[in-house]
Formats: sequence, C-alpha cells, structure tokens
Amino acid sequence: MKVLIPTPLRQYTGKQSTVDLGPGSVDDVLRELTSRYPDLRKQLFGDDGRLRKFVNVYVNDEDIRYLENENTLVKPDDTMSIIPSVAGG
Amino acid sequence: MATLTSSQATTLGNDEILRYSRHLIMPEVGMAGQQKLKAARVLCVGAGGLGSPLALYLAAAGVGTLGLVDFDVVDYTNLQRQIIHTTNDVGRPKLDSAAEKLGAINPFINVRKFETKLTSANALDILREFDIVADGTDNFPTRYLVNDACVLAGKPNVYASIFRFEGQASIFATEHGPCYRCLYPEPPPPGLVPSCAEGGVLGILPGLLGVIQATEVIKLVLGSGEPLIGRLLLVDALSMRFRELRLRKNPECPVCGANPTVHELIDYNQFCGIRGEEAAVTETVPEIRPEELKTKLDAGDDIFILDVREPHEYQICNIGGHLIPLGDLPARMNELDSSREIVAHCRSGVRSAKAVTLLRQAGFGKVKSLAGGILAWSDKVDPAVPKY
Repeated sequence: MKVLIPTPLRQYTGKQSTVDLGPGSVDDVLRELTSRYPDLRKQLFGDDGRLRKFVNVYVNDEDIRYLENENTLVKPDDTMSIIPSVAGG
Repeated sequence: MATLTSSQATTLGNDEILRYSRHLIMPEVGMAGQQKLKAARVLCVGAGGLGSPLALYLAAAGVGTLGLVDFDVVDYTNLQRQIIHTTNDVGRPKLDSAAEKLGAINPFINVRKFETKLTSANALDILREFDIVADGTDNFPTRYLVNDACVLAGKPNVYASIFRFEGQASIFATEHGPCYRCLYPEPPPPGLVPSCAEGGVLGILPGLLGVIQATEVIKLVLGSGEPLIGRLLLVDALSMRFRELRLRKNPECPVCGANPTVHELIDYNQFCGIRGEEAAVTETVPEIRPEELKTKLDAGDDIFILDVREPHEYQICNIGGHLIPLGDLPARMNELDSSREIVAHCRSGVRSAKAVTLLRQAGFGKVKSLAGGILAWSDKVDPAVPKY
C-alpha cells in the first residue's frame, strides 16, 4: 500500500512524496513508517505515544476517525494519506 | 443569505448589463443570477496571497458589496504572489491599495474597508454585515477565530490555505456541513508547522486556491452546482493533481456539534499556544551583534563563522561562513573546533540560536549566535548583502 506524504513532512522522509509499505492496521503502517524515518515520529506522535490531534489520517478518501481509528485495516490496494493542517494564505 | 427582490438596489443599469453580458447570456447565471451577485455581501478576510485573486474576481463578477479586512502594509516580498498590489504600492496599507484596484476593475460595486486585525472583540460585528465569509488569512489563531465566528453567526466560511506547493480548500460552517474544527479539532503547537514566511510558497499557488475560493463563493451566491461542502479539496501544484477527501460534521464538535461548549469567541492566541506576538520559540543563548562581529573580524580576531542555513539559501547570499545546515549539525560537529571562537548565523537568528544550544550541550563553550542573522548583517554592516 501507498502512504502519501504531504509537503510539510517531506523534509523528514528524505523528500519522498510517497512511501510503499506493507498492509496492516493504520497503527502498524505508521510504526513502520516512523521506524524507517525516525524524525517523523515527533511530528506524528505526541509524548504520550498517541497520534497528534492535528494530524489527520485518511484511508482512501475516508477519515480514520470515522472508521476504526488506528485499528483501521489498510489493504494492499489502499492509499493512506497524512493530512496536516497548514495555515498559509 | 440576502433574499432577492427586484428592488431598485439590485436592478442592473445599461452599463452593468453590457459589462456582465457574458454572464447574462448564460442560463446558469442570467439576469436573476447577476442580480443575486449584486445583492451579495461577501467578506474577504486578508488581502494577501489568497485575498488578491479572490477579491479581484469577485469584484469583476459583480459581487455588490465586498468587505476587506487587513491591517498590513504592502512590502516587496508580497509582490511575488499578492497580485492586487503593485510595486508602487509598497509601503501603502494593503486595504487602500486593494480597494483602489477593485474600484478600478468595477466601479459598480461597494468596497467596505476594515483596517484592523480581526479579533474576538470585533469579528461578530464585522461579520454581521455580510452573507458569506472567505478566509484568506495566514495563521492558525485567525483561522480558528474565523471558523468559530462563522459558526456562531451562521455564515458559510469559504476556506483555503496553502503551503509551498500544496493547498487545501473547502466550505465550512454551513447549516448541515462540517466546520474547520470538525477537520482539525486542535491546532499544531507553535513552531511545528512553518508559515509561508518561513517555509516559502510558490507564487502561483495562492492564485490557484484563491480562484477556487472565488468560484465557490459565486456558486453559493447563485445557489448552483455542487458546493465544496463536506469535501476537502487537496491541490498539489507540483504533480498537478487534485484530490478530494470526505469531511464529516463531528457530532462532538465543541463549536458546531450537537452539544456545543463554545458559545462565544475565545482567546485564539491562547488556544493556539501563542502568548505574545512572537510565535517563534527562541531560547536565550549568547549572542553577538553584527557591528561587534565586524569590529572583531576587522581587528583580525580568530573567529569561525558557521552558517546553519540551507544550501539554496547560501546561494542567495552568504558572508563566507562554513555551511552546515541546522539539520545536519548533530552529525557534522566533527567539522568544528571547540577551542576556537564560533559565531553561528542563519537568516534571522532563530535557527542559529538552536544551533548554539546544540553546540553548547555538546561542549562547545565559545559559541555565539549572530543576533538578527544575515538580515541584520545586511542592515548594520554590509548593505551589499541582499535580504530575502
């Protein structure tokens, strides 16, 4: 499956805009992603180890908060997107 | 939204009929639609990157009352994207500059200027006079303020925001649709997400997104098409891909949910964790002023200049320092001699302060940060060094 990395976070993924990872739960995918790119961990997870509230994760076009949150299963054909808030104008 | 009657106020004169001819001959707009546009009252918050194309197109389209909120002054770094302002406008209030252009494009519209920062104290009063709000601001506190004010006042918030090559757009705070807080319940901590001033932005990007905002405003006024409600449009200008995500109204939303806990506007700086105007988290580290550094260098003191900016910034200008980007510093400290006096600098002094903290923790005792960075060096020592 494919994880789409938004511009503000690409500085932590060696400028990669997409990362291919194995299927699993959203939590598995994010753990794998942050073990590959450790600098990303602080951006995505708070000190309590939970996903930060201003980071939205989508599987295909649906917010995981309306699926099974971090337990949502991501299938091989799915696309997972990390959507950070940006405020520029 | 203002109800439409064929009152005097919205009747089109012959000059207007000619001007809006390409709208009038289209059944989707027609005379009724053009009169709706003339009756519409739209508030643009921010006359910057997004606000420029947004206001220009709304004026040209014949939106009868166009409100502008901004307190800023035009500067040279705005001109790369804020196309409502020209080189001659540098130094002028953005509102005066923008209102002049809008009046020149369409003298039949009424431009209302609010030369102020939108605050919790004035937002609801300003919004009262308008039907639709378009948020073109550039910071998180104002984004949350505009959202909450729109929800409380029951006015749709046509939203867009940008960063580098990417933009997001949606319509929030409609009666049944989600609001900004349904999408982002909490702001990121200050300093984590760079602003356009820190991260840069492709000049054309606010053009793309501002025009999307203008399109959605006009569709709302006309009541036609499929408005961007409950959808977040993601624009990636680099790959030129548009994607769409589903947004839902959060039943637990503190502002627009079933049992709201926010009934009035709050302190948004506090909500976003910003205490004063200075959002940047700067540690207090030993500093050296540019003039002082110049005197020491001229006296032949042995000082090692460390430039902690990025290579593409070094290409814009440099003062001959040894380049190690801040991000690489932990791995490249071996290039530095801790027995020598080191002055670290960046663009404005924020990154070099972080570098000094890092180096001091690693045992470098004689390291200082150049106060104000290369910008201050240009101001105080060598005006031949360009500012960016």
